[in-house]
Amino acid sequence: MIAAAFRHRRASSLDDALEALADPDAKALAGGQSLLPVLKLRVVRPSLIVDIGRLDLGGVRREGDEVRIGALTTWEELIRAPDLQQAPLAAITECAVEVGDLQVRNRGTLGGSLAHADPASDVPAVVLALGARLVVHSASGERTVDASEFFQGPFTTVLGQGELITEVVFSVAPGAGSAYVKVEHPASGFALAGAAALVRPDGEESVAVTGIGAHAFLLPADREPQEGLSDAEIYGDRFAPEEYRRHLAGVVVERALERARARVEDRR
Amino acid sequence: MTAATGGFELVVNGEARSLDVEARTLLVHALRDELRLTGTHVGCDTSQCGACTVLVDGRAVKSCTMLAVQAEGTEVTTIEGLARDGELHPLQRAFVEHHGLQCGFCTPGMILTAHDLLSREPDPDEAAIRRALRGNFCRCTGYQTIVDSVRAAAA
Repeated sequence: MIAAAFRHRRASSLDDALEALADPDAKALAGGQSLLPVLKLRVVRPSLIVDIGRLDLGGVRREGDEVRIGALTTWEELIRAPDLQQAPLAAITECAVEVGDLQVRNRGTLGGSLAHADPASDVPAVVLALGARLVVHSASGERTVDASEFFQGPFTTVLGQGELITEVVFSVAPGAGSAYVKVEHPASGFALAGAAALVRPDGEESVAVTGIGAHAFLLPADREPQEGLSDAEIYGDRFAPEEYRRHLAGVVVERALERARARVEDRR
Repeated sequence: MTAATGGFELVVNGEARSLDVEARTLLVHALRDELRLTGTHVGCDTSQCGACTVLVDGRAVKSCTMLAVQAEGTEVTTIEGLARDGELHPLQRAFVEHHGLQCGFCTPGMILTAHDLLSREPDPDEAAIRRALRGNFCRCTGYQTIVDSVRAAAA
């Protein structure tokens, strides 16, 4: 399969990229693991590809009680990042090892996956449960978006024309534990149901699910997770009917909570 | 609109090469059709089967899911680049000795993915090998002899 013709422009700096992305027919290319397949299927046909792959937007750094992850950080880099080897952020690496396969993880990026917003991708559940903030740049400036406001529908986010995710910021909740658990589609590896959980030492819990609806979503904080799932709008398809997905979601939510709680206790 | 890249340089199997292809040209097609390195196979063309796996700066990637122009300035290694002075690479030898292939279509991808694994983890156990080869499909062997081959190459 060959993509429709496009021009390719390698961005020399963030400003250069943002200027090029102001073109309404431009698409940003990071690792390409989501964009290349849809270009080849001609589902998207941009006339300009702005290649941001060489920009200095990668890496994981700890800043006080926050960990800031550059949008171009690949899954394999996340798996090996020393600052992520801690119970409050365990869901991030647990999710990263579940993404695609080695080749995909070598090129696929955190920011690219978030912007693509596949309703069955793993990491949306993690940024939701962990309460991450997304730093977004455009030619007209910078803004920060809470993960809880970011996902709007299948492959749809609040990103506007010309906006680019540059960084994802996680607060490290002291003493907390987190986890990500999924049941995957055996052929595609995408989540039939995935759940991320964050449990704080005071018992406060935050749970998000992916793969079961129009986009990943947080379960209501004021209800039992299973109750929250019982009236959620859940998708069914020929691989997994609605009731089966709802059941799977309940299972992965319980497993994620169990694992996250164990990580809280581990620190005592 | 010009969709040409204007040409660019990269290193393939240790040799400086230049490519003048359209921006939409996939790395696998540039390798096969422009550089005539046909050891890199097109299997599924949808980023699943891993037959097109090559190394880009030492890391395994699916060359059907990368534009050739994204490889500008990188070092690409294909299956043709593994042997040294007529001697097969230890992974290639192990695949021969342990029947790691039958029809051979998936073999270049298997070997290059295993190459990435062994470069980071020189002594992987069977589970680690199977995890690493998850994105490489073989429709002949049932995988056991492939895992055996990678283990043998690591030893």
